[in-house]
Amino acid sequence: MAKATTGIKASDIKFDRYRFDVVVIGAGGAGLRAAVEARQAGLRVAIICKSLFGKAHTVMAEGGAAAAMGNVNENDGWKVHFRDTMRGGKFLNNWRMAELHAKESPDRIWELETWGALFDRTKDGRISQRNFGGHEYPRLAHVGDRTGLELIRTMQQRIVAMQQKDKKEFGDAEKYIKVFAELTITSILKDGDKVSGCYGYWRESGDEVLFESPAVVLATGGIGKSFKITSNSWEGTGDGHALALKAGSALVDMEFVQFHPTGMVWPPSVRGILVTESVRGDGGVLTNNKGERFMFNYIPEVFKDKYADNEAEADRWYKDQNNNRRPPELLPRDEVARAINAEVKAGRGSEHSGVYLDVSKRLPADEIKRRLPSMWHQFKELADVDITEQPMEVGPTCHYVMGGVKVDPDTAAAYGVPGLFAAGEVAGGMHGSNRLGGNSLSDLLVFGRRAGAGAAEYVKGLKGKSPEVSDKEIEKAHDHINDPFDRDGNENPYALQQELQNITQDLVGIIRTESELKESLEKIESIRERSKKVRVEGGKLFNPGFHLAIDLENMLLVSESIARSALEREESRGGHTRDDYPKMDPEWRQYNHLTTWSGKKVEIEAEKAKMLPEELLSLFEMDELKKYFTEKELAKGGK
Amino acid sequence: MARKVKMRIWRGDSKNGDFKDVTVEANEGEVVLDVIHRVQATQMSDLAVRWNCKAGKCGSCSMEINGKPRLACMTRMNMYGEDENITVTPLRAFPVIKDLVTDVSFNYKKAMEVPAFEGPEDLKPGEYRMQQVDVERSQEFRKCIECFLCQDTCHVIRDHEENKKSFAGPRFFIRIAELDMHPLDRLRNRKKKAQEEHGLGMCNITKCCTEVCPEHIKITDNAIIPMKERVVDVKYDPVRWLGSKIRKREGIE
Amino acid sequence: MATGVFSSTRAAIKERTLRTDRWWLQPAITFGVLIAFIIYATFRAFEKKYYFTEPLISPFYSPCLSTACLDGSAHFGTPIGTITLFGIVISPALFILIFPLGFRLTCYYYRKAYYRSFWMSPPACAVAEPHKKYTGETRAPLILQNGHRWFFYFGLIFNIILTYDAIIAFKNPEGEWGHMSVGTLILLLNATMLWLYSASCHTCRHTIGGRLRNFSKHPLRYKMWTWVSALNERHPVYAWISLIVVALTDFYVRLVASGTITNYYFF
Repeated sequence: MAKATTGIKASDIKFDRYRFDVVVIGAGGAGLRAAVEARQAGLRVAIICKSLFGKAHTVMAEGGAAAAMGNVNENDGWKVHFRDTMRGGKFLNNWRMAELHAKESPDRIWELETWGALFDRTKDGRISQRNFGGHEYPRLAHVGDRTGLELIRTMQQRIVAMQQKDKKEFGDAEKYIKVFAELTITSILKDGDKVSGCYGYWRESGDEVLFESPAVVLATGGIGKSFKITSNSWEGTGDGHALALKAGSALVDMEFVQFHPTGMVWPPSVRGILVTESVRGDGGVLTNNKGERFMFNYIPEVFKDKYADNEAEADRWYKDQNNNRRPPELLPRDEVARAINAEVKAGRGSEHSGVYLDVSKRLPADEIKRRLPSMWHQFKELADVDITEQPMEVGPTCHYVMGGVKVDPDTAAAYGVPGLFAAGEVAGGMHGSNRLGGNSLSDLLVFGRRAGAGAAEYVKGLKGKSPEVSDKEIEKAHDHINDPFDRDGNENPYALQQELQNITQDLVGIIRTESELKESLEKIESIRERSKKVRVEGGKLFNPGFHLAIDLENMLLVSESIARSALEREESRGGHTRDDYPKMDPEWRQYNHLTTWSGKKVEIEAEKAKMLPEELLSLFEMDELKKYFTEKELAKGGK
Repeated sequence: MARKVKMRIWRGDSKNGDFKDVTVEANEGEVVLDVIHRVQATQMSDLAVRWNCKAGKCGSCSMEINGKPRLACMTRMNMYGEDENITVTPLRAFPVIKDLVTDVSFNYKKAMEVPAFEGPEDLKPGEYRMQQVDVERSQEFRKCIECFLCQDTCHVIRDHEENKKSFAGPRFFIRIAELDMHPLDRLRNRKKKAQEEHGLGMCNITKCCTEVCPEHIKITDNAIIPMKERVVDVKYDPVRWLGSKIRKREGIE
Repeated sequence: MATGVFSSTRAAIKERTLRTDRWWLQPAITFGVLIAFIIYATFRAFEKKYYFTEPLISPFYSPCLSTACLDGSAHFGTPIGTITLFGIVISPALFILIFPLGFRLTCYYYRKAYYRSFWMSPPACAVAEPHKKYTGETRAPLILQNGHRWFFYFGLIFNIILTYDAIIAFKNPEGEWGHMSVGTLILLLNATMLWLYSASCHTCRHTIGGRLRNFSKHPLRYKMWTWVSALNERHPVYAWISLIVVALTDFYVRLVASGTITNYYFF
């Protein structure tokens, strides 16, 4: 067993050394897609998974991948998808990302089919598409309610296929792509301002690993584990967000955290586990304890002309979507989450402080089991509820962070650090202040591919002059890993994590106020102090206490970033609701928040958002634009 | 309502190990994984256990509970009696790393041996047309979350280490079946390979894989037996064999 | 060298299983029922009498094809003649029992049942088996299990014959049509269960449509495949019921033929 020692010379440190052209950190949808692209460009790629290969959080995506293929309703197209995405994000989105996403999603989905994905089909044999909140037309390519699994398995098998080919051709399956399972990266290494590699440890043995690589793609996913009630798996500790900050890059719009309106609320041990939006897309209705379909009371002004204001019309929509407005259950997620929150607060909640979601009255039992098989199992096995007969109890759960690494839309290059790239949930901007369901899976594919291509182009541009890893960088990274073993103190990492989760949940949750945010910052600071006294028991061999001690630091950084950004933004928009500033303010639309890390402190800076160009602005009606933009901006047009 | 439960957890590594008895709190509605987490947070901070989603979707928390291969996140505590001593061990078909964590790399090696999907060369992305009825069989197998419980319970390798080199296991039989039933896969020698390279003939269809599958995939009835029948078509049925020689339906790569 | 769960790399656990439920019960029951059937069937096959009484014939002896058959029981002639071994006339049952026996022995369900209960390979899931070596169905004799489909085809012929026997049972002992007795019902039930057992068979499922790559191009066969698939889920049930009904049918014929009871006629 490696003895934990800090402060020793690089020549005395034992570590494995690898050299790659590109290291992809994260093996979810975005990471794998990036790896495929970089390999196709002829580069040697390392794929790093924090857990086993194929277990990344992408497997939990249920509903589908949004792509305007127009298979079900031919009126759909990229422009409509773009409009929906911008509306959903309340126009704070990086418009270029939204544009690329809407244009390229169909190709990314079709490509998956050629790699063996089997989506559900339409009658004429094309990929079937389903309705989802915020999407004007049926748009989500899906496989029952396990689309994420299909996506990750397809990509995993694509990687294997490429390795098989390499084996045939070169006799070595890992000549170009090597998968490192159960390995955590703890530092991005730099040579001057450029990335020179990264450093981490095998979770299994605790042994340290150095990757020398001119390009690193962050594809580490989300931050949900910073909150108590979340749909995220343990991996969602914001590693990539923290790595980027510490490497000198910036995060954008971290205040925007999506609370999925429907997570399980009972029994307590499953609280937060996702109940897919497809339940509502396929006809599920939300009711309070009085049996009222309360969503009709929560249609915001900006959506009045798109959503039905009475039950009769909402019901008709399921049969005839061209002549009726959509049911309000299908409003964007932020609206529904707030509505549920308000109902529960007003005392109209269900037995276990949620609301009821019922699909049993809309669809026959067989149909429910066919369309929502995992939901049926999930409730049957974990809650003793048969959703073909009974309503589910649901409530908001922390699901997704819209904020993330600031990137160049076309190449996914991270702001300020040449050689660093980011794609997927860890990247910010694409979804603005609120993400539409289904846009995440397509985001992974579109920007995963772009990150792989961007990294490849960057590496080729270096023409062999790769930045170098210095001993000092190695020593620093080594100390960082071994520090928890050398500390005096008796703080328990599990207890600290729980406290942090409670703080973010209670004080930086769905509804925020200035005083609570300030309180949260003080408390986060005190946990940070105590975290320096976390002591790890046992050795380095697969030691979860040790792993958590390392992850805790990332969670702290992320939580502080969210709280600080949230404190600055004095309005309510999408995934950021301020009780003290309940209105959306067009003035605030003009600003993005940039988060940086000084080494001691998280700093926030407001940056002017880029205005949409004329050709994109003209896709919207002026009446609609007036709700989001200031008159001054509109007078100037898209200039 | 919280109650105290007794557990015997196997702790150790590749060299040795033993059962450790713990008494721990369990609340209403909890699953075994919740309780293991509580043990970890309060009594054994370095207790190694794999888990990810805690919702039965990722297949990470595979272990053996009272001797049965199970996902700890989908095993509810109220399945067991109030006074029952619940025994938890790592998977017993794979090399142990530490505590409840095993080395499952066998499965990734086997995955590498199954030739990937080969789509038609004349169809571009977006031109695939498949009917729902034609993809449904393969879709069932794509529900697999790779928890490897089927691999763990299969006596062919669980009870015979030496068979590991020549036997792919149920997880990969459903993968082969998925591809052989894929309406657009071009590879036509999957059946023969299944028998000659992946060890399909080793399976004696005792159905334990189906019994433990948390996704309720009918591994034996819908994948293994149909594959065995397809193998008979190309290898053990002289009439069909002759027909295929004449019509060249098999063996095209 | 220890192998299996006791291999050196595996978690060091002494017990061959840690299951706490009564995992041995199922294989024990299977063992008991199959043994009882084998004993009874063997006894009856060698008994060579009480298998026919107008118009009922025992399924163990149908079709009766030897000159040694009881008077009137050889509905399809006597192509086999009489074969003797060491001066003993071989029972007419032995020539034909091989087919239903082979069908059941190679059946995908019975294989599971007897591999578990007789061969203990494995006795139950996650219970270590006692064998040192295991090669499955890759070599002789078990590779012959792949011949299941031939027994299936023969089984269909037997089903037709036993159905014919059931139809004949609508006669009275004097050979007049239009009568029905308890025996008629029993033979009908027997034929029905055998058809269900055959129709639900995995080979049947494969042949009828399972072997197709594109169901959509063969809508009729797809439809039939869905029916057979539905039956196939209950294949084990039909396997057991048909086995027991065959034995009971024979037993009833024996009771009647031996004069122990009379075959009650409804009309």
